[in-house]
Amino acid sequence: MVAHLVRLKLRLLANGLRRSAWQVVGLVVAALYGFGAVTGALTGLVVLSTQDAEFIRTVLVLAGGLLVLGWWVLPVLAFGVDETLDPARFATFSIRRRPLLTGLALAGVVGVPGVTTALVALTTTVTWRQHPVAVPFALVGAVLALATCVVGARATTTLLAPLVTRRRFREVVAAVVILPLFLLGPIFSVLAHGIASAQDMWPQIARAAGWTPFGAPWALAADAADGQWVAAGLKVVISLATLAALVAAWSWGLDATLVRGSGRGRTRTRTRGLGFFGRVPATPTGAVAARCLTYWTRDSRYAIGVAIVPLVPVMLWFGFHGGAAMLAAGPLVAYMMGWTISADIAYDGTSFWMHVAAPIRGRVDRAGRVAAAGLVGLPVVTVMTLLSVAVAGRWDAAAPILGLSLGLLTSALGVASVVSARVVYQVPHVGESPFSSKQGGSTASLVSQTLGGLVLVALVLPEVALGIAAVVTGSALLGVLALVVGVGLGTTLLVVGVRLGGDLYDRRAPQLLATLVSFT
Amino acid sequence: MPPPDVPVPPALEVRGLWKKFGDKIAVAGIDLVVPVGSFYGLVGPNGAGKTTTLSMATGLLRPDYGQVMVRGRDLWADPVGVKALLGVLPDGVKLFDRLTGAQLITYAGLLRGMDRETVAARTSDLLVTLDLAADADTLVVDYSAGMSKKIALACALVHAPRLLVLDEPFEAVDPISAANIRDILTAYARSGGTVIVSSHVMDLVQRVCDHVAVIAAGHVLVAGPVDEVRAGETLEDRFVELVGGRSNGEGLAWLRTSSDSS
Repeated sequence: MVAHLVRLKLRLLANGLRRSAWQVVGLVVAALYGFGAVTGALTGLVVLSTQDAEFIRTVLVLAGGLLVLGWWVLPVLAFGVDETLDPARFATFSIRRRPLLTGLALAGVVGVPGVTTALVALTTTVTWRQHPVAVPFALVGAVLALATCVVGARATTTLLAPLVTRRRFREVVAAVVILPLFLLGPIFSVLAHGIASAQDMWPQIARAAGWTPFGAPWALAADAADGQWVAAGLKVVISLATLAALVAAWSWGLDATLVRGSGRGRTRTRTRGLGFFGRVPATPTGAVAARCLTYWTRDSRYAIGVAIVPLVPVMLWFGFHGGAAMLAAGPLVAYMMGWTISADIAYDGTSFWMHVAAPIRGRVDRAGRVAAAGLVGLPVVTVMTLLSVAVAGRWDAAAPILGLSLGLLTSALGVASVVSARVVYQVPHVGESPFSSKQGGSTASLVSQTLGGLVLVALVLPEVALGIAAVVTGSALLGVLALVVGVGLGTTLLVVGVRLGGDLYDRRAPQLLATLVSFT
Repeated sequence: MPPPDVPVPPALEVRGLWKKFGDKIAVAGIDLVVPVGSFYGLVGPNGAGKTTTLSMATGLLRPDYGQVMVRGRDLWADPVGVKALLGVLPDGVKLFDRLTGAQLITYAGLLRGMDRETVAARTSDLLVTLDLAADADTLVVDYSAGMSKKIALACALVHAPRLLVLDEPFEAVDPISAANIRDILTAYARSGGTVIVSSHVMDLVQRVCDHVAVIAAGHVLVAGPVDEVRAGETLEDRFVELVGGRSNGEGLAWLRTSSDSS
């Protein structure tokens, strides 16, 4: 049975590759990436062997502990549960518990992350080559660490599955995870500062971490190298106890899954009345706008576009320590909010059929989407621009910066209206984590996003140049000119974009829908 | 009644429809004539090309070759004008499921240029008739499969189209709702509307449809009034006879001797 499950995983992997060439490309890229990471890590581990035992312990325990933590947490937060061998699918087979657990655990090693981790863990034996007595302990520690990683990942995903499959949970996590990502820069600068000042603390921290379930398997060899046999023995006990607890928790969670089946947690959301549909003009364009506005508030993929707006000035503040750079906040936010609708039809997915089946012209569809994005973007961009001007203390630059912001918003909306009627590519479905990337979607998205972005840059060049000139010289005349040109050029681009995009839509809407259907 | 010398154009006429996906020919020259006021059934085994045909007949998928005429007007020559006559329920696609049921019907109505009062009145009528009134304010993503089918049907009906094209409208729908939907559609066809449904359930097609076309491997095998097509047999027997592929029932001998050994 164990061999069956491992073979099943290999077979699933192979069949996945047979389905499309892009899957092969994806695996090769993942393998290359994993290979690069492994080469780096292995080289580091070999170089590390020349250092003294205390230093080796500090690095191995802290890095290894993070690795274990990553295995436990990342599948739940970012990638979702690995569903290729979802235990719920075995609910109808009578498989005894022990072979099922062993088989699923071993199958968990098959794959790029598992093999990578195994290689890295085993190489720690090389790191201890200056301390021959520690090498066998490093080997035991490597096996324990790998088991802790794989079984821990299975345990957390199985135990949290009822929660994770709940729509609301996934949407909240999706929105929460992005915030630290965007603040990586500031966080790193604070951390780097902290690391520099707390350098002497690291060995103590590593020693303490060695007693935790995350660090214990990695600290084993270090204790042996120091001749602390009792400590080494205790760490074996800690690791084994952790493993036993994880297996017990996993087994218990599996029981619950197999009995409950894959019945998804259901939360019902109710809203009274028609919402935006009651407030927009009762026309097809108004209806499209109301539908898009509803999605801006209920779909995490759009909500994130709004959620990151306050982070832009924060990043500028940390990146450039305030000052004139703050003036870029408004135009940057304008560009981002305008460009959000460049994948609007891809975001619709196959639901787009309602637009194709309806007797509407492309301009109606384009205008409705632009109206929704504009209704959200206009107040946000205006407020952000005025705030940034106030913070920078440059009220003299208010006119050109406002012109630049409004110009960028309208220009980006116009170009995005054409781009989204030209290409659709695979995007995360509504309710999925906005970070889950789709196989084969990345090339098309990269090309269209880059080309669209370049066209946009070329088109907005006049207003950007004029705006910067006005801010730098402080000339009031140039400032007013920048405001007029920004708004005028932007509005023109918006109107032209909606028309061109509309004509393109009229010709291509059925093809776009066919492509979206082929993704499912 | 129009004078007999002026022929009434059929509700839907499909001529020489072809569609290829990659190397696979999904629809290979299909011709169909659906008379006005008929309740037309489209039956065929899985993968016969039913969904592809209906998608091309409703403007959702562009045919490689062929013509689609709705009441004498060429759909692919004037998509916006002709789509206004159609009510569509496609299969295998999603809905804008972050809207509530009431919002989704309203959306469908407003997209078709109806005024707010009419949309509101028909939305509440449809919700009550399809037994969805209690879930009017629930997001469609939280609906069951049958409820989603019913709300999609409501979206196809809201603008009172001349021709209804429904792909698998009874799938996953409970028997009581299915009976209600059948009544609605029968009454609609009797009052001059035209309904096309695709289905796997022969029994249902035989009972509710007056015309039927049997499709297999992208071709029309036979089409016409149900009683002509089934020629005295049940539609199911006739279908099996036409399509073939029935195994003789002699296989799986071991299944009949229930073993207690394991």
